[in-house]
Amino acid sequence: MASHVAHGTSEKEIPAPNTGAIWKTFWILLILTAIEFVIAFTMAASTLRVAIFCGMTIVKAFYIVGEFMHLKHEVKSLIWAILIPTVFVVWLLVALIYEGGHLY
Amino acid sequence: MSVAHAAPAVPENLTWQGGSEPLKASYGKLMMWFFLLSDTFTFSALLITYGMIRFSQPAWEGAPHDFYFSTTHWPIPEKVFEAVPFLHGMSLPLVFVGIMTFILIASSVTMVLAVEAGHRGDRKDVEKWMLWTIVGGFTFLGSQAWEWTHFIHGPEDLSLAAKQIIDGVSTPIEGANLVRNPYGPPAFADLFFFITGFHGTHVFSGVILNILIFFNAATGVYERRGHYEMVEKVGLYWHFVDLVWVFVFTFFYLV
Repeated sequence: MASHVAHGTSEKEIPAPNTGAIWKTFWILLILTAIEFVIAFTMAASTLRVAIFCGMTIVKAFYIVGEFMHLKHEVKSLIWAILIPTVFVVWLLVALIYEGGHLY
Repeated sequence: MSVAHAAPAVPENLTWQGGSEPLKASYGKLMMWFFLLSDTFTFSALLITYGMIRFSQPAWEGAPHDFYFSTTHWPIPEKVFEAVPFLHGMSLPLVFVGIMTFILIASSVTMVLAVEAGHRGDRKDVEKWMLWTIVGGFTFLGSQAWEWTHFIHGPEDLSLAAKQIIDGVSTPIEGANLVRNPYGPPAFADLFFFITGFHGTHVFSGVILNILIFFNAATGVYERRGHYEMVEKVGLYWHFVDLVWVFVFTFFYLV
C-alpha cells in the first residue's frame, strides 16, 4: 500500500487524487439517511417500519465498514474474523428483546 | 523455517517481527480491528440493554398526537428530541439529531480523504483533510453538549412534564438526571446519558487521536517514516465511531 511512497524529502511526483468511490459512498449514506427521515414522518410506527429501519441501518453499516474501513478489500479470513463474532450480538439482541417483553 | 527467510523483500511496515504477516494486515491494523470488535461488544451491550428495558416497559398505546409525557409509559423519541439551536420554540422533531448525523458522516468522508492522500504521500492533503476531520469532531461534540443541556433542562412548559407524587401532591418533574426524568420513566434518561455519553467519550478520544496524527503529519514524522499508516489506523477508529452513531441514531431516535 505504502510501498510506492518514495523515502526522504526529495522532490517527488504526487499522483492526482482518486476519490470517486469515496464520494459515491458518501452520497449513498446521505440519501439513505434522508430516506429514513421521510419514512419516520410519513409512516405510522409498526413492525414493518422497524424492519425497514433495521435493514437500512445494516446497508449503511455495510458501506461504512466495507468502503470507509476498507474491510471489503481485506483477505477473506479477516472479514470472517470480524463478522462471525458479531453474529452473537444479533442473537443476544433478539433473545433479550424477547425476554424483555415477558418481564412484567 | 527456510521458507520465511526466502520470502521476497517486503517494506518494514508490512511485516511482523516473525516474518510475513497474518491475514495480510500489519500488526497495528489487525490489533485495531480486534480492539474495535471488543468495543462493538461494549456498545452492543448498551443497545441490547436499551432494547430489553424498552420492551419491558409499557409503550404509548394511543395516537401519536395525543401523546403526553408520563413516567408510566415509554416516550416517543421524536416528541422528546424536537428542539434546534437558534430556532427557539419551534417543534422540529429529529432535525437536530439529523444534522449531527450528517456532521459525523461528513467527517468520516474527510477522514477517508486523508487516508487516500496518505497513500499518495501527499502531505499537504493529509494535513488539510485531518484538519477538516478535527473540525467535524468538535462540531459534533458541541452539538451533543447542546443536546444534553436541553435534555437536562427538561420541557420549558412545566405543564408538559411528567408528574411525580411529592407528599401526596402530583408535581411536575423539573429537569432530567439519573433518578428522575420529565420525559418518561427514569430508565429512558439513564439510557440516554449512558449510550450517547459513552459514544461522546469515544468521539472525544477520537478527536484527541486525530489532533496527534495531524501534528505528526504536519511536522513531517510520517514523511520521514516513508508511509502514512498511522492515519489509516486512527481512521479505522474514527469510522467505527461514525458506525456506532448510525446504530444509536436508528435504535435510540428512529425506532
